[in-house]
Amino acid sequence: MPKPLLEVHSLPEKPSRRQLLKLASALGATFVACQKAPQENQWSTLGQPVSTYGERSRFETALRQISPTAKTRESASSLTPLQDLDGMITPSALHFERHHSGVPTIDPREHRLLIHGMVANPLILTIEEIKRLPSVSHIHFLECSGNSGGEWAKPNAKGVQGSHGLTSCSEWTGVPAALLLREAGIQPEASWILAEGADPAKLPRSLPVQKVMKDALVAYAQNGEALRPEQGYPLRLIVPGFEGSTNIKWLRRIKVVDKPTMTREETSKYTDLMPDGTARQFTFVMEAKSVITFPSGGQKLSGRGFYEIKGLAWSGRGAIRQVEVSTDGGQKWRLARLQDPVLPIAHTRFRIDWNWDGNEAILQSRCMDETGYTQPTHAELVEVRGVNSNYHNNAIQSWKVLADGSVQNVQV
Amino acid sequence: MQPPPHTKCPVRSIAALLLVLWVTQTSFAQAPSYGVGRKPTAEEIKTWDIAIAPDGKVLPPGRGTVAAGKEVYTKRCLECHGAEGKAGKFDVLVGGQESLRSEKPIKTIGSYWPYATTLWDHIHRAMPFDRPGTLSTDQVYDVTAYLLYLNGIIGENDVMDALSLPNVKMPNRNGFVPDPRPDIPQSKQRQVPKPKPRVSPHAQTKPEVPGSTVKQ
Repeated sequence: MPKPLLEVHSLPEKPSRRQLLKLASALGATFVACQKAPQENQWSTLGQPVSTYGERSRFETALRQISPTAKTRESASSLTPLQDLDGMITPSALHFERHHSGVPTIDPREHRLLIHGMVANPLILTIEEIKRLPSVSHIHFLECSGNSGGEWAKPNAKGVQGSHGLTSCSEWTGVPAALLLREAGIQPEASWILAEGADPAKLPRSLPVQKVMKDALVAYAQNGEALRPEQGYPLRLIVPGFEGSTNIKWLRRIKVVDKPTMTREETSKYTDLMPDGTARQFTFVMEAKSVITFPSGGQKLSGRGFYEIKGLAWSGRGAIRQVEVSTDGGQKWRLARLQDPVLPIAHTRFRIDWNWDGNEAILQSRCMDETGYTQPTHAELVEVRGVNSNYHNNAIQSWKVLADGSVQNVQV
Repeated sequence: MQPPPHTKCPVRSIAALLLVLWVTQTSFAQAPSYGVGRKPTAEEIKTWDIAIAPDGKVLPPGRGTVAAGKEVYTKRCLECHGAEGKAGKFDVLVGGQESLRSEKPIKTIGSYWPYATTLWDHIHRAMPFDRPGTLSTDQVYDVTAYLLYLNGIIGENDVMDALSLPNVKMPNRNGFVPDPRPDIPQSKQRQVPKPKPRVSPHAQTKPEVPGSTVKQ
């Protein structure tokens, strides 16, 4: 047991000079110890050594959230923690997932891409061969068309991860699909393709040839390194601006045809039921959408004063042209700052200053894309689509800030 | 390719030369220019070409009956999809007719799916969920027949094969419309702002001080 700084038995009526000096020096030492920086105690030993594959700080704990309604882990989603992220790029490990039969483990040396159908030269390619071809990189968002699907009838998720987390943005690198299709000698009467994955469900989707030839990518890299397994390793089709399910992961086959195949993923699923009982099919494009990620549902502001409201905006039809923010439930709007570069079919970070006066406030963002299309209100959307279409909910999102600083998901 | 025949007539030589050039040019236009990949064998294509379109062209030979389908279903499908395709833990397969316009629409094979070939395609490639692709061709025809029968689309004695399946008429065959979007009336005409000029972050001359221009 360490020797105490002061030994107190019983104080004499008059402390001696020696006792006073002892007390003063003990108090002085304590005072000096409090002024030392927290790290100074660590600086006496070396930090962690260099490493082969980086990890984030143990103090950073943002994670994908497994969709709460998933009945199995293999046919399920995991949602990006938008509230914890910044900038426009989603870290690869936090990019959302949506699978139908789990993540296959594929040896890239065994994997093949077959291109056949209405082509003059059917081709079967290895990954190594694909990587030798001329390549491009593009930054694009992906969004599941079911994103915000739980919010149709009423505010459902607690926070932005639950309500909007099925969207992420990465840099994709690969070979233009057009190059591969020309290499295979695509015939002029071709009007559709069937793209198929190598997951156990062999997920198939039909796509119009025009779109595929325009800007689809057969990608093998994401944010500078190989695709992650849950993002389609070793090969993925990227169809910019089209619903997530068309961006076929673990791509194994492209069949060039002249009719849509009418797979289950474009008939039973990914079709939008309207109030009149008809269903819209091949609703490919993800329309302009934005959401405030801070302050957002489930968070708590520490008090009145300055905050930077920030969020993301994106459109499958091109670049975002403007984002407006309201703090009074949509009565008055101000223009937000857009982070450079504002890229077509990519997440755009927006920011705006806000002085919170401590009263209840309803925060909203509203975006316009380069076609002039403006993100609709929830009421406007439901007026046309009803509440059972399940997909393509791009309504303006409202977050209510209560006087105690807590933030709720609301619909106004 | 044969060289043009040697002839004293210049017109014939020129014609022959032009013919050779045309043939060569055509075949170059068709030949791959990067020289990667190889031609797949017919067997490879046949094995991989599993997607069944409504015309049913690549449906393999085989046949299925409702009775046999009930047996396969009980062993391989009932656990997830429930007795007679209803009230299972996963997707409801039977019923829901006339419910699409209601507040709680039930989308099943009978009430919603436009093509019977899709059913065969999906069962064959993706089912049963935990062991996809483990049903034989005949078993896929059997289960397809059973589910179509449960939905009142085919009769108990109807046989499903590569010829009959594409001819099955599904109740919701005409229930789909093309994408009409953009479909939300825009409340007022708004001018589209010009794109922001791309500026290098290093081109800034004045440092931005965050919070210095706070406005309400």
